[in-house]
Amino acid sequence: MTIQIPLPSTPDAASSAPSSQWRDAWDRFCQDRMALFGSVVLLVIIIGVIIGPMIYPVSYSDIDFARSTAPPSWDHPLGTNDLGQDQLARILWGGRVSVAVGITAMLVSIFVGVVIGTISGFYGGIVDDLLMRLTDLFLALPRLPLLLLIIYLFRDSVRAIAGPEVGMFVLVIGVIGGLTWMSSARLVRAGFLSMKERDFVTTVRALGARPRRIIWLHILPNIIGPVIVAATLGVGSAIITESTLSFLGIGFPPDVPTWGRMLFDAQNYLVTAPYMAIFPGLAIFLTVLSINYVGDGLRDALDPQ
Amino acid sequence: MGKYIFRRVLIAIPTLIAISIVVYLILALAPGDPLGELANSPSMTPEVRENVRRALGLDQPVYIRYFKWAWSFITGNMGYSFVNPVPVSTLIIQRLPTTLWVVGLAYLVALAIAFPLGILSALKRYTLLDQIFTTIAFMGFSIPTFFTGLLFIIIFSVWLGWLPFIYNSTLVVNDWSSFVAQLRQSIMPIMVLGLFQAAVLMRYIRAAVIEQLGENYVRTAYAKGLADWIVINRHVLRNAMIPVVTLIALDIPTIFTGALVTEQVFRVPGIGSLLIESIGRNDTPVIMSITFIYAILIVFFNLIADLLYGVLDPRIRYS
Repeated sequence: MTIQIPLPSTPDAASSAPSSQWRDAWDRFCQDRMALFGSVVLLVIIIGVIIGPMIYPVSYSDIDFARSTAPPSWDHPLGTNDLGQDQLARILWGGRVSVAVGITAMLVSIFVGVVIGTISGFYGGIVDDLLMRLTDLFLALPRLPLLLLIIYLFRDSVRAIAGPEVGMFVLVIGVIGGLTWMSSARLVRAGFLSMKERDFVTTVRALGARPRRIIWLHILPNIIGPVIVAATLGVGSAIITESTLSFLGIGFPPDVPTWGRMLFDAQNYLVTAPYMAIFPGLAIFLTVLSINYVGDGLRDALDPQ
Repeated sequence: MGKYIFRRVLIAIPTLIAISIVVYLILALAPGDPLGELANSPSMTPEVRENVRRALGLDQPVYIRYFKWAWSFITGNMGYSFVNPVPVSTLIIQRLPTTLWVVGLAYLVALAIAFPLGILSALKRYTLLDQIFTTIAFMGFSIPTFFTGLLFIIIFSVWLGWLPFIYNSTLVVNDWSSFVAQLRQSIMPIMVLGLFQAAVLMRYIRAAVIEQLGENYVRTAYAKGLADWIVINRHVLRNAMIPVVTLIALDIPTIFTGALVTEQVFRVPGIGSLLIESIGRNDTPVIMSITFIYAILIVFFNLIADLLYGVLDPRIRYS
């Protein structure tokens, strides 16, 4: 760990230090060509899935058996699936689902992780011991089988409460978030442990600042770097997890196009229509690859060693 | 060492108990009837249903049910499948060796690829060779195993016709040709899983070796005129392995996740595909048992990683 860290909470440094720290990180990020390239690709994908379905006129759900499993053509740039539905429209819609699941599941995971890490690191003692045992326990859980078990047991009741799509969305992000918070909790806890004995924290504590103020204003801003990196990479792994569930036929209902579901449908047509598998697979791969490059670049930028 | 092993095993037991409580609580908290489809099946008379409920102990409070379930699990009785009139344990024992065979071989492949490439990459760091290796590794773990699996089938089965599409579970190895057939059908699942793990491992190994190369003891070793491979083999690797083993231990759940998906892609008859089939058939006893078997496997391999850790770093044994 670096020893010389700007102390943003001292009065005179408060205005300039944080901004220059972030500016340095930004400069370092811009020097990383792969990270920049990843950001551009990711931006294109995100804008594409947001406005794509609005400007691309073909419906993702119109069934036309006359042109089922058609190869790519002018009418259908990425071909059609077994029901004759346009694959490009489905990839654009599926992208919305994947990106939305990825980001919200990451937010759930980071929220839980930061709360547990903060309580554990700030209060220490027996609370810390208990929470860290809990973290170890969660790290040893069989993640995918447990995800499948929970979705299997709860899918009917969430469907009854919130409808097939919204219910499944909430269940999937809740479960992914609830099973992946451990690394960010450990990062936040480690950050708190290294920060809370620092002079500036002792000073504000001596000045009578309440714990909430110390946590929010003085400690969290200083340890947010690794959390941002974990959050970025978390989006990628959440997208893969959601696609895995859909690929196993257990995620969203079949009429919701998701990238994983498209691969699930493509499995039986690998001989006659390999393009049915290749395009959605490439979509997952490109998205996750660019997220990983951005995350890697952020790690180098925010945590120079 | 004996004392260290004993202590580690003792720590693994409460972990398993805690996981079993978590798994059981999820089932107990789940809404709806644990009997699933059977509960509303018209072919069942109320008396039969009541008998099944009593046999499953559903008329008792949760903690009693948990202890009963745990005890019968330990004694090897995992109940009966809802769908086939077979004990769950029989189903699992049929499938488990296949999973372990695929996972084990895949991990050996991963180690065989990742070790040389990771070390080479670290030694030649920041050269073109290193950049090519790290880029491939980066892509390797960004590509989900189910997509690699489908791609392999398209390339090697559909286009080139070299390998069979799916795993033939009825194949019995009793002579040379059936052994070759077994080998041919195992190649793709093992490679898909192995290459993914190799990509992950290579990054760990590269980073760990680079960290060691800057240490003073390495400079000393070079200064006294030792050859490159001796410095790496005798000095660097042993130290570099310590963080690598930690990361591998954290990664064990991911390995079984990958195995589950790969089994499903190639229709390999392991416990992963049994789990997916059982979910499709609402077969709760099988689903519960397999989830817990996965937990046992993960804890067991974590234990092995821990023991390996003790071998690599004697200090840990005495702390």
